[in-house]
Amino acid sequence: MLIERYIYLAIALFCIGIVGVLARRNAIIIFMCIELMLNAVNLLLVAFSKMHLAAALPGKANAGIDGQLFVFFIMVVAAAEVSVGLAIIVMMYRNTHSVDVNFLNRLKH
Amino acid sequence: MNNVLQLVWLVPFFPLVGFLINGLLRKQLPKSLISIIGSGMVLASFIVSVLLFMEVKNGNTQVVNLFDFINSGTLSIPFAFQIDQLSSLFLLIITGVGFLIHLYSAAYMHEERSEHFGRYFCYLNLFVFSMLLLVLGANYVIMFIGWEGVGLCSYLLIGYWFKNTEYNNAAKKAFIMNRIGDLGFLIAIFWLIAKLGTVTYTTPEGSGVFDLYNKLTRTDIIGITLLLFVGATGKSAQIPLYTWLPDAMAGPTPVSALIHAATMVTAGIYMIARSNILYTMAPETQSVVAAIGLATALFAATIAIKQNDIKKVLAYSTVSQLGYMFLGLGVGAYTGAVFHVMTHAFFKALLFLGAGSVIHAMHHEQDIRKMGGLAKHLKITHATFLIGCIAIAGIPPFSGFFSKDEILAAAYEKDHLYYYLGVAGAMITAFYMFRLYFTTFWGSFRGTEEQKHHLHESPAAMTIPLIVLAILSMIGGFVGLPEVFNMGEHKLEHFLAPIFEASTKAKELVHPEVATLDHGTEIMLMSISVGVAVIAILIAWARYIKKPELNEPAGFGKVLADKWYIDELYNFIIVKPLNGLAKFMNSFVEKRFIDWLVNGVGRTVNYTSRQVRLVQSGLVGNYVLLMVLGMLALFVVKFFLKK
Repeated sequence: MLIERYIYLAIALFCIGIVGVLARRNAIIIFMCIELMLNAVNLLLVAFSKMHLAAALPGKANAGIDGQLFVFFIMVVAAAEVSVGLAIIVMMYRNTHSVDVNFLNRLKH
Repeated sequence: MNNVLQLVWLVPFFPLVGFLINGLLRKQLPKSLISIIGSGMVLASFIVSVLLFMEVKNGNTQVVNLFDFINSGTLSIPFAFQIDQLSSLFLLIITGVGFLIHLYSAAYMHEERSEHFGRYFCYLNLFVFSMLLLVLGANYVIMFIGWEGVGLCSYLLIGYWFKNTEYNNAAKKAFIMNRIGDLGFLIAIFWLIAKLGTVTYTTPEGSGVFDLYNKLTRTDIIGITLLLFVGATGKSAQIPLYTWLPDAMAGPTPVSALIHAATMVTAGIYMIARSNILYTMAPETQSVVAAIGLATALFAATIAIKQNDIKKVLAYSTVSQLGYMFLGLGVGAYTGAVFHVMTHAFFKALLFLGAGSVIHAMHHEQDIRKMGGLAKHLKITHATFLIGCIAIAGIPPFSGFFSKDEILAAAYEKDHLYYYLGVAGAMITAFYMFRLYFTTFWGSFRGTEEQKHHLHESPAAMTIPLIVLAILSMIGGFVGLPEVFNMGEHKLEHFLAPIFEASTKAKELVHPEVATLDHGTEIMLMSISVGVAVIAILIAWARYIKKPELNEPAGFGKVLADKWYIDELYNFIIVKPLNGLAKFMNSFVEKRFIDWLVNGVGRTVNYTSRQVRLVQSGLVGNYVLLMVLGMLALFVVKFFLKK
């Protein structure tokens, strides 16, 4: 397998995430898009650790293992972030009966 | 061996102490104590000055180094005092006349409130201190410190009654006119530093300005002497900077006597007498000095004829007498000029103090048209004032005769024209002084009944200085008796000879034949000047005794009464254009250009911020979009634009 394919997939996922964040107004969908971007990065990390470093250093059993470790960190942080974010969205819904982010233009005040 | 001379620092130290005490405690101390401190400190300096003078008379002179003042690279300016014949003579004049005037002031200013009284004495002491620095300094920089100090005190004292706007304007005028001269002096000092690397007068090793004058080129020496003379015209009220002195009469009368007649205005003469060798080396400058001196002497004398303010007459006569001194300096009669400084200090201080006594008796009336017949009310003032008038008119054996005649004789040697014009000036002087004397003291009283009722002789503290000065005006001339009278040598000339030694030698080099006047000519010159003075007095007597009412001047007299319209001329050619320029700068350059620039900066910031503010929409989506765009831009820069 070529590593390029993973890269293309990751780029596609990341771009879908960005476009989603920019274009959609539903807070939950924006959240999902952020997750999508994070996971695109995770995918890249795993792909590089397995196919790039391990292939370059065949004798070493644990080569590139730290890249995979980072993935777990990201997952943990993402989980924490989601819990906070969902709490915010719930509060937002209670106040405005909507999850449309364009209602939240009070940042300029 | 010169232990006494080491005490020289005491001379300026006493007035400085007096200045500090009176200045700081003027609200606490009673008036009597203030006047005792003020006068006592000057008396103490006078005593030290007498001791120094005795020592100098025995032939001891010295430069006393107090401390290093400026040390920078090769330039070294010590804070040093020079005690020699010239400075010790000036010390005596300043502290002696100064003490008498302090004493007089204590009575004259008695009506002032206590803190103003203290302020007056503190300024007066500061003045004496500065004047002593000016005279004692052993280099031009110390002289300049004193020079500025006396200018400041003159300003403060002219504007002493600061609630009167006109007086304040007079003070400002004096200060600004002096600044013009000071600039010349300052440039001359820098010029000397640039060319010779020193400003010290003279040193035993021969590295002072007066030792190294041969190193200066012709242009340098003419330039420096002319610039120094510009300084002197400012301080000593010569054409074209003289107009401040008559206005300076706004100050209290004793101030006019001390500062604007006896001492400060002679600073310019002192400076040139001190730098005599430079002037001897620059005959072109000497001609300028003589011409300006003579022109001032005549010009001011003509104005004095038609003035009706008693102090203004004396002010113009001061300007005129200073002109004579510059004439003396210009024709190389340095001793004569210094001699005239001395006698002038006596009789002009006397005249001013006498005028003060009259003003005091008349309840601050200064217009001589409202006086008259004061002789029988103010006996001592009258007698002393008469002595002063005779002295200034140049009638022997009073002091003014000898000093003025010495200058005129020297002028005759140089150029007969100088002499004739000088005699004409002397004639006018005798005329206006006796016009003043006759209208003030003779005839019938022309003031109000109330003034007549209150006419009184001044207290002893005022009459004693008058009497002392009158005696000095009578006998002061005998220190400089010309040889013609066969009473031995000219004492003052002998005394001052070491100061002017180099100049005398230089002159002999140029003109080896000793061109002294023979005695017959000298006596003839003297009789001419006495003759014209007597004639002038008789004319004054005829005009002002018989018909003492002073008519409104008309025709040419009006021109003289209005001071040749010089103030108006200066107003027209200097003040008005400057004001116009200022107005132009204010209304055009300031409003159209500078304001535009400054406001423009503000407007630009305002406008851009209003535009940029639109970016802050509060919509998260926009922010994220911008963030993504920014990251993309960074990405592009990082990977595609980097070489």
